[in-house]
Amino acid sequence: MNEAHYARRKKINALMFTLTAICAAVASGTLLAILGYIAWKGASSLNWDFLIHLPKPVGEKGGGIVNSIVGSAKVVGLAGLMGIPVGVLGGVYLAEYGRGKYAFAVRYAADVMNGVPSIVVGLFAYALIVHPMKKFSALSGSVALAFIMIPIVLRNTEEFLRLVPGTIREAALALGVPRWKVTVLVIVPTAGRGILTGALLALARVAGETAPLIFTAFGNRFNDNGWLNPIATLPHTIYTYAISPYEDWHNQAWAAALILMAFVLLVNVTARVWLRPSSGTSH
Amino acid sequence: MSSAVAPAVSRGPAKVPGSRERAGDRLFRLIISGFAGIILLAAFALAWQLTRESLSTWKTFGLGFLFTSTWDPVADQFGALPFLYGTAVSSLLALLIAVPLGVGAAVFLTELAPKRLAEVLMFAIELLAAVPSVILGLMGIFILVPVMRSLGAPYGVGMLTAGLILAFMVLPYITTITREVLLTVPRPLKEAMYALGATRWEVVRGVSLPFARSGIIGAVFLSLGRALGETMAVTMVIGNAPKISANLLEPGYSMAAVIANELAEAASDAHLSALVAIGLVLMGVTLVVNGAARLMIYRLGKRS
Repeated sequence: MNEAHYARRKKINALMFTLTAICAAVASGTLLAILGYIAWKGASSLNWDFLIHLPKPVGEKGGGIVNSIVGSAKVVGLAGLMGIPVGVLGGVYLAEYGRGKYAFAVRYAADVMNGVPSIVVGLFAYALIVHPMKKFSALSGSVALAFIMIPIVLRNTEEFLRLVPGTIREAALALGVPRWKVTVLVIVPTAGRGILTGALLALARVAGETAPLIFTAFGNRFNDNGWLNPIATLPHTIYTYAISPYEDWHNQAWAAALILMAFVLLVNVTARVWLRPSSGTSH
Repeated sequence: MSSAVAPAVSRGPAKVPGSRERAGDRLFRLIISGFAGIILLAAFALAWQLTRESLSTWKTFGLGFLFTSTWDPVADQFGALPFLYGTAVSSLLALLIAVPLGVGAAVFLTELAPKRLAEVLMFAIELLAAVPSVILGLMGIFILVPVMRSLGAPYGVGMLTAGLILAFMVLPYITTITREVLLTVPRPLKEAMYALGATRWEVVRGVSLPFARSGIIGAVFLSLGRALGETMAVTMVIGNAPKISANLLEPGYSMAAVIANELAEAASDAHLSALVAIGLVLMGVTLVVNGAARLMIYRLGKRS
């Protein structure tokens, strides 16, 4: 009787752990499946011409996506130029002076903005820039992406600054260095690696954003030199090609996805490897 | 809230007795507090802009906007119910699939897997969170939709397909957070139960999972917040048909998807306003859900 009971418990134990192992295999296997499939589908359409040529007119085979690559670089680059400084400086404020009600409100606003769906941030950029200017533009896309980046960079910066040991600050202050210099020249550089990695990850995150760009950057089948005209971006091109009825465009969507995925993966893996030996500080 | 801002700025850092803030320090503090204020300003501006742009919809349709299901831009007749329904159903489906899967994976990775293996698998799961949603949508269109069709779904696209794709999007969040909470379970609690002769699964069920409960609920709410607002992957596979059907294999529509599909080509001001109104509702719902998630995680932090 007791023996049978014990055997049953052991059986349940084994069964449950097999089930959880399957869960873990599914969860981690999904990434491999996605990467493998994209590499397989994308590689067949990917070649040098694809990277350096403009799209052909609709209905004609061939053509490249150079405009989307350049467009993504422009839109994401400008978003970074706006979002990273604001996020980092805001994060420095929260870490250094983040006690009062104002800091609480800022932190709360950052959490709220972080949770707002990206399409709603896109609506905001639309109402802020596209609607008054009556024109889709690269600028409006960048603003939308910047608002997505700021809360991420801000909270990340704050977290890494908080890891800096108090003794470092005290040592610098004891030498009579003004507080702002201590912050700028000692504290921030100490946490520099973590802050930079966070900024890079935020860039990679918005580089894959599509939803807020549909009605801000809008897309364009040509290269464009300005900031105030519609512009093509990689994720948006993947989207439009994927839902199009043309077989050729589907293949191009896979190739574009391979490029985007390679970029995102590269940044993420680099960031992790770079952060591993010391988490921003040395202890 | 803005009245509380002014006095707090001038209060500054905690004063050390006998110390005085230097002019340079004061300037520096003012500058960076200004940068910190940008996000605060943005949050208010966002709420204000969305309210302003959607005002005419609320005036015309009132709260009935949320409870009627005619969506006819040509006749300027707008009711958001099909989108609310689609968002809710696809998100709940996603949770139904992802929660058991994610919690199971987390249990395996914390309690059973060798440390090195767990690290590698965790790495893959965290990277899954970094995959852009448009790429998951692409996988959805060209892999999941044909599979669903071959399994007997009439269209392939539909609520269930959207729920499945969403499940893979939120799976990393649930797994990562659950694992982090499980790692905080005090060893003595577990050892006490082992000492009584419990099997590993009995310890997981009797000690670890109950201990981690509020963290897991927090993760579920956080994932719900993500799923509700997710746009691309859903837009690409949900079918984009504004109707309410109890059949999960039928096409549906979601709030985020209708904004993505129609805003750029909104013909009239009324249409635009209705789409922004949907955005406002979407924002409100995610705020509440994320607030609940934070509350759960905050309660967990207070306890441990």
